Amino acid sequence: MSTIHLHATDVALATLLVLINALASLLLNLQLHRQVLWAATRMVVQLLLVGLVLRFVFQAASPAATLGIVALMLLAAAREVAVRPTRRLKGAGSYRIAAVVVGFSSIATVLLALMTAIRPQPWYDPRYAIPLMGIVLGSVLNSASLGLDSFFEGISTGRPAIEAQLALGASIHQALAAPIRHAIRRGMIPIINQMSAAGVITLPGIMTGQLLAGMDPLEAVKYQILLLFLLTGAGGLASAGAVYLAARAVTDDRQRLRADRLK
Amino acid sequence: MTVDNCLLALSGLASPFGGPFDLALNAGECVCVLGRSGSGKSVLLRLIADMDPGTGDVSLAGKRREAFAAPAWRGRVIYQSAEPAWWASTPAAHFPSAASSRVAELMAALGLGPDLLDADIARLSTGERQRLALVRSMVREPDVLLLDEPSASLDGASTLAMESLLLQRLRSGLGIVMVTHSREQAVRMSHRHFEMRDGKLHAP
Repeated sequence: MSTIHLHATDVALATLLVLINALASLLLNLQLHRQVLWAATRMVVQLLLVGLVLRFVFQAASPAATLGIVALMLLAAAREVAVRPTRRLKGAGSYRIAAVVVGFSSIATVLLALMTAIRPQPWYDPRYAIPLMGIVLGSVLNSASLGLDSFFEGISTGRPAIEAQLALGASIHQALAAPIRHAIRRGMIPIINQMSAAGVITLPGIMTGQLLAGMDPLEAVKYQILLLFLLTGAGGLASAGAVYLAARAVTDDRQRLRADRLK
Repeated sequence: MTVDNCLLALSGLASPFGGPFDLALNAGECVCVLGRSGSGKSVLLRLIADMDPGTGDVSLAGKRREAFAAPAWRGRVIYQSAEPAWWASTPAAHFPSAASSRVAELMAALGLGPDLLDADIARLSTGERQRLALVRSMVREPDVLLLDEPSASLDGASTLAMESLLLQRLRSGLGIVMVTHSREQAVRMSHRHFEMRDGKLHAP
């Protein structure tokens, strides 16, 4: 595999595009230049740090270092899932749900992949475990936070209709069925779109990376198919898990809708 | 009258938003609750129906509320809010399918044509929706009806039709707790009425 190495000047050339963007924003009065420049700087610093950390972890090649990084990634993703929806549970409820859902769905899928399909030697080889975890987490984060957002939104705008059903003797299970279904479906849409667009509209990231790194296109495709299946599994688990746990959190032993637990 | 042989009994029913409420409602009795908006009238009805958490005791025909599964309780003590919400697009979808003859009877009694059953709910008038909500509550044949301003958007004739339907059901043993703004309605309908002030029931 031959890769073309980038020189600092090659990267500097691309920064021109960012600067042109910022300049255009100034001229057109879009008020975006600060944000663009800040986001670009932040991205550069973040990626350089990640590069340094990964180089260290790859060299260390110890299960502890791999697991440490994976744990940090899990925590960051769980926090994001809890914070993203516009409505949240009061107290630590959203964080608990996010931690359980993100942890379970991503660890289960990544372990499945590492122990059956990919089987790197040793299994904790950071070159496989960490990128895999990253991709799965991205998908889990999207599915879980969209599911949660849609569910909390659904029960706050739909509260009168849900309570009308409860007041006529429906169980909470019946009364919440529609918002639960809607929210799980909402959480699954990105991954379904990703699958149907793959190859025709977009070249997925992993495949692009492997092609750039010189891999045979069909080999890259096989990897991508495996990954998209993994992402579907993880996204489905995350979306359904988050929504069902959230539904449990907004009801009580007398099957009431506890909208007071939302903020 | 003791608490044991009445239909619905509240004792010390309270939440942070109102109470404690004590009330004994007999079978066939209608109790009206008057009072300004925000005085806690809906709080009372929601507490009885177990829609909101609270403390104190409620029983139906001597059987404590805790002995009922929550949905079973709410099916027998039905709460109808002031602005009834709908979860499907036609009225028909809100009625139990086995109850079509009773639905037709109730709709006729309230002056609603049968063609309304399959109409688009969003196109119905507020008054039509309010009467359909009463059909929806009554067709489930509860023991107690908790009505929050059931005639707020009805004209005079429809209000009287609704009242005569309710009076007819009272004679066959239904119990009603009704929140209303109209003192005249309270006099026409109720055997007793109370005034809600600052989250407490007061005799008039």
